[in-house]
Amino acid sequence: MTVNFTNPSLLEDRKAPLRIRAGSHWKPDSAPTVAALRADASDIPKVWLKGISLEYKTGNGSRLLALDDINLKVARGEFLCIVGPSGCGKSTLLHLVAGLHQPSSGTVLADDRPVDRPGTDRILIFQELGLFPWLKVGENVEFGMKMKGLAKSERSERVQHYLRLVHLSKFKDSYTHQLSGGMRQRVALARALATEPEVLLMDEPFAALDAQTRDLLHDELERIWAETGCTIIFVTHNVREAVRLGDRVALLTFRPGRVKREYAVDLPRPRHLEDPSVAIAAREILDDLREEINKSIAAEYEGVPV
Amino acid sequence: MKGIRKIGMHVIFYAVLLGIWALLAKLKVWPSYVFPAPLSVLQSLRDGFADHSFWIGIGVSMKRIIFGYALAILLGMVLGLGVASNKFLEETMGGLLVSLQSLPSICWLPLAVLWFGLTEKAILFVVVMGSLLSITIAMEAGRTQMPKIYRMAGRNLGADGVKLFWYVLLPASLPFILSGLKQGWAFAWRSLISGEMIFVSLGLGQLLMTGRDLNDMSLVIAVMILIVAIGFIVDGLIFRTLERRLQHKWGLTPAT
Repeated sequence: MTVNFTNPSLLEDRKAPLRIRAGSHWKPDSAPTVAALRADASDIPKVWLKGISLEYKTGNGSRLLALDDINLKVARGEFLCIVGPSGCGKSTLLHLVAGLHQPSSGTVLADDRPVDRPGTDRILIFQELGLFPWLKVGENVEFGMKMKGLAKSERSERVQHYLRLVHLSKFKDSYTHQLSGGMRQRVALARALATEPEVLLMDEPFAALDAQTRDLLHDELERIWAETGCTIIFVTHNVREAVRLGDRVALLTFRPGRVKREYAVDLPRPRHLEDPSVAIAAREILDDLREEINKSIAAEYEGVPV
Repeated sequence: MKGIRKIGMHVIFYAVLLGIWALLAKLKVWPSYVFPAPLSVLQSLRDGFADHSFWIGIGVSMKRIIFGYALAILLGMVLGLGVASNKFLEETMGGLLVSLQSLPSICWLPLAVLWFGLTEKAILFVVVMGSLLSITIAMEAGRTQMPKIYRMAGRNLGADGVKLFWYVLLPASLPFILSGLKQGWAFAWRSLISGEMIFVSLGLGQLLMTGRDLNDMSLVIAVMILIVAIGFIVDGLIFRTLERRLQHKWGLTPAT
């Protein structure tokens, strides 16, 4: 059986001649500040990174500043993408929001409450997924709910629901190693969604997938985001992907990671990776990013571990 | 088809082996009390079971190994988790455990006899010492070498404390634990038989020594066959089945 993920309107788009839809022109944000963004000052941000710094002790005993004074507000229901060169601390930032680590200074606030431990209101989808190989697909999806202490009947109902949502109902009793990369990705998504988090943290989730699968999952994710209304913080090194998905893109600098610039993406949805407007928007960000990438490459050539 | 071929190969191999054995015995290269014929070994096996001495021997040895092995698992888990949970212990005691493992467990017998006398406790001690280290090291390896992602994913999904241990850390380290349990069993079985041989008590090791004392080579070989058979049943059937199921589940080998 082949599952049809394709949104017909997107298919038409692909066939259509290159054109930028009215009102979809990329407007570079000349003064990108938090205030310029949709987050209302009176509204409490869903996630608020307040002056976050993180220092590591490296193997040879020296200290390394990974994140430096990060200030970011994420509005309720917003889709924020974070881009940056490898080694800028993007993943670390997500771990901090998830409560898996504590920052050296600053606070992470979720609903104005400081985050000091993991909680199922903020679920992180790891880059390497971290699906449990000893559990079946359905049991993986059930896991978070089981930890929460939900009743068995409700758990199995929700497992059905979320597996259907990611089109994996038929694979409930398979083991994860029997699935393809894209399917495993969807299991991780279902597992995260099943706990009904308010914030979904995604760490380069689609980096290892082929282009077709990734396109389908972009559509899926956008649909699920619209359906559930959750807040998403999505880390990627792919600028186009960030523009394709995000309401806003934050660019981090190479070590120490700082917010270099923020970009509001006000292109109409649904978007597609191949849309010219997406490409134009991405180029703008990419120019800023390239500088950081060069720094990261230089550091690599000088033998600094990335 | 493949299975039939494999069984056929085994049948041929053992038939040839038995044939050579029977032939050598028939030629009387060595006197029969040094080199008994297959049939006389078979006779000893039959007699041993008929007069219950083998059943008693197996019963006594199995009772000892079950007690000793269970105790070793319990202690090994506690010790292994203890060592893995503490950086200081891990770096100091970890090395000691590995070096102690090079000591054949029968070397603990003199110490055990002095501490406990010629009692069941002494035998139990040797069995425990034989398998404890493998199990401890495997538990420790399970905790320290298990991919960190499982722990993080578990915490992220709301597991902590006992739940994290039971639902994530324990299953995630199961492949390590199982290989430790298997190795521990093999060591425990060897230690038990050697212990029983040296010191007068019932059990299979003792039966082996009885054969020697009576100059009954058929009995000696019959008991050796018993020891190998029990080892094969536990290792080959129980542990290998568990391993295969685990590997299938984890996708470590293609499903058969």
